[in-house]
Amino acid sequence: MSSHYEVVIGLEVHVQLTTKTKIFCGCSTAFGQTPNSQTCPVCLALPGALPVLNYQAVEYAIRTGLATNCTIAPQSVFARKNYFYPDLPKGYQISQYELPTCRLGWLDIDGEWGTKRIGITRIHMEEDAGKLVHGEAPGSSQSSFVDLNRAGTPLLEVVSEPDLRSADEAVAYLKKLHQIVVYLGVCDGNMEEGSFRCDANVSLRPVGQEAFGTRAEIKNVNSFRFVKQAIEYEIERQADVLDSGGKVVQETRLYDPQTGVTRSMRGKEEAHDYRYFPDPDLVPLEIDAAWIEAESALLPELPDARRRRYQEELGLSAYDTEVLTAERPMAEYFEACVVLLPGQAKAIANWVMGELARKLNDGGLAIAQSPVTPRLLTDLLKLIEGGTISGKIAKTVFDAMWASGHEPARIVEEQGLVQVSDTGAIEAIVDEVLAGSAAQVEQYRGGNEKVFGFFVGQVMKASKGKANPALVNELLKQKLG
Amino acid sequence: MKISRSEVEHVARLARLALNDEELDALTGDMDAILAYVDQLNRLKTDGIVPTAHAVPMANAFRQDEVRPSFTPEQAQTNAPAPDPGGFRVPRVIE
Repeated sequence: MSSHYEVVIGLEVHVQLTTKTKIFCGCSTAFGQTPNSQTCPVCLALPGALPVLNYQAVEYAIRTGLATNCTIAPQSVFARKNYFYPDLPKGYQISQYELPTCRLGWLDIDGEWGTKRIGITRIHMEEDAGKLVHGEAPGSSQSSFVDLNRAGTPLLEVVSEPDLRSADEAVAYLKKLHQIVVYLGVCDGNMEEGSFRCDANVSLRPVGQEAFGTRAEIKNVNSFRFVKQAIEYEIERQADVLDSGGKVVQETRLYDPQTGVTRSMRGKEEAHDYRYFPDPDLVPLEIDAAWIEAESALLPELPDARRRRYQEELGLSAYDTEVLTAERPMAEYFEACVVLLPGQAKAIANWVMGELARKLNDGGLAIAQSPVTPRLLTDLLKLIEGGTISGKIAKTVFDAMWASGHEPARIVEEQGLVQVSDTGAIEAIVDEVLAGSAAQVEQYRGGNEKVFGFFVGQVMKASKGKANPALVNELLKQKLG
Repeated sequence: MKISRSEVEHVARLARLALNDEELDALTGDMDAILAYVDQLNRLKTDGIVPTAHAVPMANAFRQDEVRPSFTPEQAQTNAPAPDPGGFRVPRVIE
């Protein structure tokens, strides 16, 4: 981008809630079912049907508000947003307008810019629309097909302040929000299925100018990578328009990941005049201090707090804490280990992020499916700590635990993997190795200290990895000394 | 005038109503009269009065998050002019 412009970005994120049923009726929200098999008079908008609010959806909204530092409104009101589209059976979407459930929060994002606080204007509750499929059935290229299974699925719309100043900041904010809603368990975070999707408002202004430029809204971007690409493309496009003396048109644009280009969505332009008014079918939502307190008590420890604690109390590095807290199940696995084996946080972290993560990755498994439970892993570490096995043998034992789910002590015994710490036994091996490597001994004594590693390797090999490495080092130094 | 002819035209377009000149004139007159009548309310002092969100003085009507039986796809499309296994069939919508 030409450096004489500053970009201003605000994001609107749609977070699909993990309730079992829709926001105003008892139809299932399960994904990928037969079209229109999850519909009823309410979500089909049959005459006389009345919506009733899902209590769980309200709880999730409150928790999300609290986790993003919002104020929870004592009273919020559902409003009708009126427009016509085939995926919207009532001719209006039930949303919140003047009185959303959560207001004025913030999230801190970290990056090359340091730590930056991004304001959250509001979080409101609303229902999703249905799904349109265009002419895929044979011989029907002139038709569209409406599937209303998704109509009425509960969403939170999280609206940020225009505080973001680059595509990277926008992605950092999105990832932070994504991590929080997944930690809370209010959203499954599945971006491919549309459970977490984003509209980006992007505008440019000359550096130093206070007033915002005209913005374009990029609709429904559903991956972190596409958000970055779409915003970067849009910045270039608007800079070109402004540089050539033109004006940016306020409009809605769609990002096409195939071509990497945003294009105008003219069809929907006509009159953004939604004529909001309070929905007379729904009574106001009132949330008192006691309710907020109760939801607050149900919040899990959030990633930021966990990161601080891991660094301050467990002495882990910033990198380790970042990896361990990225997903709640991993953080909980790690903490279960720390409880079983206090004072060994760093060793546990290394195993969780190393062997365990590698095995999970190879097997395409979630950590909850790991055959090596926190108890098995810490039992293994206790064997290392107690000198029964070496760290190297522990990897063999770990692989065997992974395959069999057996206790590490049993594996060590059955496979004869106990570490040899008997000085006499090791000395015999050391002597044998040195006797058989006269040339290397010559080199070492001639000043080539690198050969030392060769001796260690040979001794370990001869002992099948069971020799206590500290003793091996000590004895080799003695003999070669 | 409380409402102009072009505003009536705009509202009609939002409601997908096709009105001819005669209907537009008549409706502009009617709507103007209605708005003028309702405008009497503006004579009341409403400072400090909270806007009414609902005519019934109650709040917090909830249902629990429990799945109830849904229609079958066929039942859902009973009244549809062009039911289809793929969904309600409508004229092609261009995005």
